[in-house]
Amino acid sequence: MTLQTTTYLIVGFTFSIYIGIAIWARASTTKDFYVAGGHVNPIANGMATAADWMSAASFISMAGLIAFMGYGGSVFLMGWTGGYVLLAMLLAPYLRKFGKFTVPEFIGERYYSKAARIVAVICLIVASVTYVIGQMKGIGVAFSRFLEVDYDVGLMIGMGIVFIYAVMGGMKGITYTQIAQYCVLILAYTIPAIFISLNLTGNPIPQLGLGSTMVGTDVFLLDRLDLVLRDLGFLEYTTNVRLSTTNMFMYTLSLMIGTAGLPHVIIRFFTVPKVKDARSSAGWALVFIAILYTTAPSVAAMARLNLIETVNKPDGTQLIYAERPTWIMKWEETGLLAFDDKNGDGEIVYSADAETNEMTKVDRDIMVLANPEIAGLPNWVIALVAAGGLAAALSTAAGLLLAISSAISHDLLKGVFKPDVTEQQELMASRVAMAGAIMLAGYLGFNPPDFAAGTVALAFGLAASSIFPALMMGIFYKRMNKEGAIAGMIAGLGVTLLYVFQHKGIMFIASTSYMGDMPQNWFLGIEPNAFGAIGAMFNFAVAFAVAKMTAPPPQEIVELVEHIRVPSGANEPISH
Amino acid sequence: MSKNSSYWSANLRLVGLCLVIWFVVSYLFGIILVEPLNTIKIGGYKLGFWFAQQGSIYTFIALIFFYAKRMGKLDREHNVHEDDD
Repeated sequence: MTLQTTTYLIVGFTFSIYIGIAIWARASTTKDFYVAGGHVNPIANGMATAADWMSAASFISMAGLIAFMGYGGSVFLMGWTGGYVLLAMLLAPYLRKFGKFTVPEFIGERYYSKAARIVAVICLIVASVTYVIGQMKGIGVAFSRFLEVDYDVGLMIGMGIVFIYAVMGGMKGITYTQIAQYCVLILAYTIPAIFISLNLTGNPIPQLGLGSTMVGTDVFLLDRLDLVLRDLGFLEYTTNVRLSTTNMFMYTLSLMIGTAGLPHVIIRFFTVPKVKDARSSAGWALVFIAILYTTAPSVAAMARLNLIETVNKPDGTQLIYAERPTWIMKWEETGLLAFDDKNGDGEIVYSADAETNEMTKVDRDIMVLANPEIAGLPNWVIALVAAGGLAAALSTAAGLLLAISSAISHDLLKGVFKPDVTEQQELMASRVAMAGAIMLAGYLGFNPPDFAAGTVALAFGLAASSIFPALMMGIFYKRMNKEGAIAGMIAGLGVTLLYVFQHKGIMFIASTSYMGDMPQNWFLGIEPNAFGAIGAMFNFAVAFAVAKMTAPPPQEIVELVEHIRVPSGANEPISH
Repeated sequence: MSKNSSYWSANLRLVGLCLVIWFVVSYLFGIILVEPLNTIKIGGYKLGFWFAQQGSIYTFIALIFFYAKRMGKLDREHNVHEDDD
């Protein structure tokens, strides 16, 4: 069977599972639609959260980034997992106790203000829409590469699948589909990693393989990689710091706070039956995430070594261009990998020196996708990787779309404009909002703005600087009032946007950048993507100052805060 | 009220302890002290590098389950646990 037939079979099989689940898990109430009825088992919810959380960026891009950043790539590993500690201890149990459907709803009630709710809706929509663009692009790319259909056709098929289960099932359909998607994506990620680890080190567990010696030698894999990179003129893999220690610190902190503040992750904890389930469910989510996140460093280092040794062979000879393997030819067609035989000797040289380097382009995103082909794994493994990449992108897109549509139907329509809407009307409205959100995401996928690559980082910056501080102060600081919270959110958001835009251009249009993308103008040498933590600090500082100067919150708010601080008396999430 | 406030301060102490460990394994071992720790090797892993790419994540998982278990115990001790458990 050819690779393409196998891919069609495996991807088609996973898609029919998703649609089957959609038919089985239809939502009949708004509670089903927003929080899956509040009956999801904490372990199942952990698995769904993991799929929701691990996007095309985690699956496709992260290991590629680490492969080229080495130790500096640790910011993603620690940043995207450490946020769950904050979520489990500072937000999830209390928001579950509060027992409502959306994040803006908590902010609106805790700060007794429709204005605060609207500010929260805006932050949520901006953060989620920027994030969803990346998923749409991931879906289009995975289809076009593996099924050899047009990017546009691929995107359309992807949208159609999400449309079926998200519009019909809401959170209920999404949750059960995500559990299936988690299984697909984790198998697709770990199976090639196990094979590759076995090939290189003889150890089937990639996490241990990375710390082992190369097969048939007593040289450690990481030492060999450091040595090879040093010889080619690159920085050492294991000590390659990302810009500076301060920058790595702030980058990690921004990703952690941002993770804890992303609304599509937070709402997942509204679906479990109890407060104590919200705590343990965050732990389970991290277990399922960690299976991929602790495998990623091994994939990264091994892929880098494999790539180098395909070109600069260990026996000292070079890759002869005319005899290059098929996977190289296929990736050359996509334009993501390019060679230029500068000295015309028919051999390819890979080096840090731009003058002599003949592997002129290696897109980081191809590392995970090409990995099984580089290692010469069988066709079904390659097909599984395609299905896994699609599962990662689809599950995250669905979670984001639900956060967007519930913010529109529940927070704007019911909460602000038409409070007397009936349950059936609201359910209808949430389906229409979902369909609209899918259309918008699709449109942005067909016409990806130039800034698509930078958007995920921006989403984290926004979540870190606006949503997380408002939620945390709402729970841990009774004296915080609406004036403080609103001023804080606007200050945090404003500072972060200003910093990102002044260096990257307004809406990432480079020509409008008035300070230039120049490291020497960076505040304390912190890159724009790492600025969310500073935005969060601004948010806290402004909120405290304003709260001190204005009237304390009313007594019933103080009682509300005391109520959410203890687990007892938690009802199921109530509609009101 | 006083019953709940002792529950809350016990909770804050527990969260504080967990966040200190959270900070130490990631920011301290994985970033700030990475160079001195890298002089120690476990198998092929330099220790600082291991904390940054593996160890911190394992610790985070342990921390959340430790916290969930201790909080469950606190809920009962202060009689604020949920009804039917």
